[in-house]
Amino acid sequence: MAELQAMTALGARQAAVAVVGPVTITERFDVALASVAARRGRMAELEGAAKAAGVPLPEAARYTGGTPYSAFWVAPEMWFVEAPHATHELIADQLKAAVGNAASVTEQTDAWVVFDLAAPDLAPLMERLCNVDFPAAPDGFASRTVIEHMGCYLIRHGRGQVRIYGARSSAQSLLHALEVAAAAAW
Amino acid sequence: MIIHHPILGPRDAQEFVYLGDAALMNRPDGMTAGIEEFHDWLYNRDNPAGEHQELWYHEQGDRSWLVVTRNTVTHEITKVELARDVARSKGRSK
Repeated sequence: MAELQAMTALGARQAAVAVVGPVTITERFDVALASVAARRGRMAELEGAAKAAGVPLPEAARYTGGTPYSAFWVAPEMWFVEAPHATHELIADQLKAAVGNAASVTEQTDAWVVFDLAAPDLAPLMERLCNVDFPAAPDGFASRTVIEHMGCYLIRHGRGQVRIYGARSSAQSLLHALEVAAAAAW
Repeated sequence: MIIHHPILGPRDAQEFVYLGDAALMNRPDGMTAGIEEFHDWLYNRDNPAGEHQELWYHEQGDRSWLVVTRNTVTHEITKVELARDVARSKGRSK
């Protein structure tokens, strides 16, 4: 069998790390991702199956962490589910087996680039990047927003901890936008 | 202008795209409606000075379609509903 080498969204072997002032931007490629959307009228069924499988289904605009599954809300009766890539590379198959025909599941891992942002306080950066009222948003807030014309998902883990999902095809542009805004903020 | 999204709370109008009169949701059945009825749906719009129901799309958010009841004179927004719920309340299945 051919020996295949995995590449990150930025086309490298190693995840990118950028440090701008107090902000550290870390690319993550150890996260598996899939979407789960309830089929019409089968929400109760999905809730039961998700609970049994340990998949959280948080309320609107929220993220719920867990082991191995974490999830954030993206639309009514639809979520993105995260898990460690090492154990859940086939996350879509694993979720599909858990929820059956109550929900539609799509593989999302290779459609996105993931950046974790860390700083003592990310508010000066987020207010330059997007429309989210970051200081007012609670921890666990998750929302789709637009950064430099690119649709992204933003998850607030804390005042100084944010995860951003952007389109993998725009990975370099998104990283550039984050770096430029960080350089402007500090 | 702030639109109070029924699920996500207050959001800046800048996040939304405006489509127009919410009457667009009531497309006649192409198999049974006459040409006059279809022409009316496609081309004719009321232009009220006052309360108006409009379709807004949350493009920079959860991408839901909303029906916003807005006063075109004062810009006051009196009601915001999910277009899905409005359609279902009229007996539509989708």
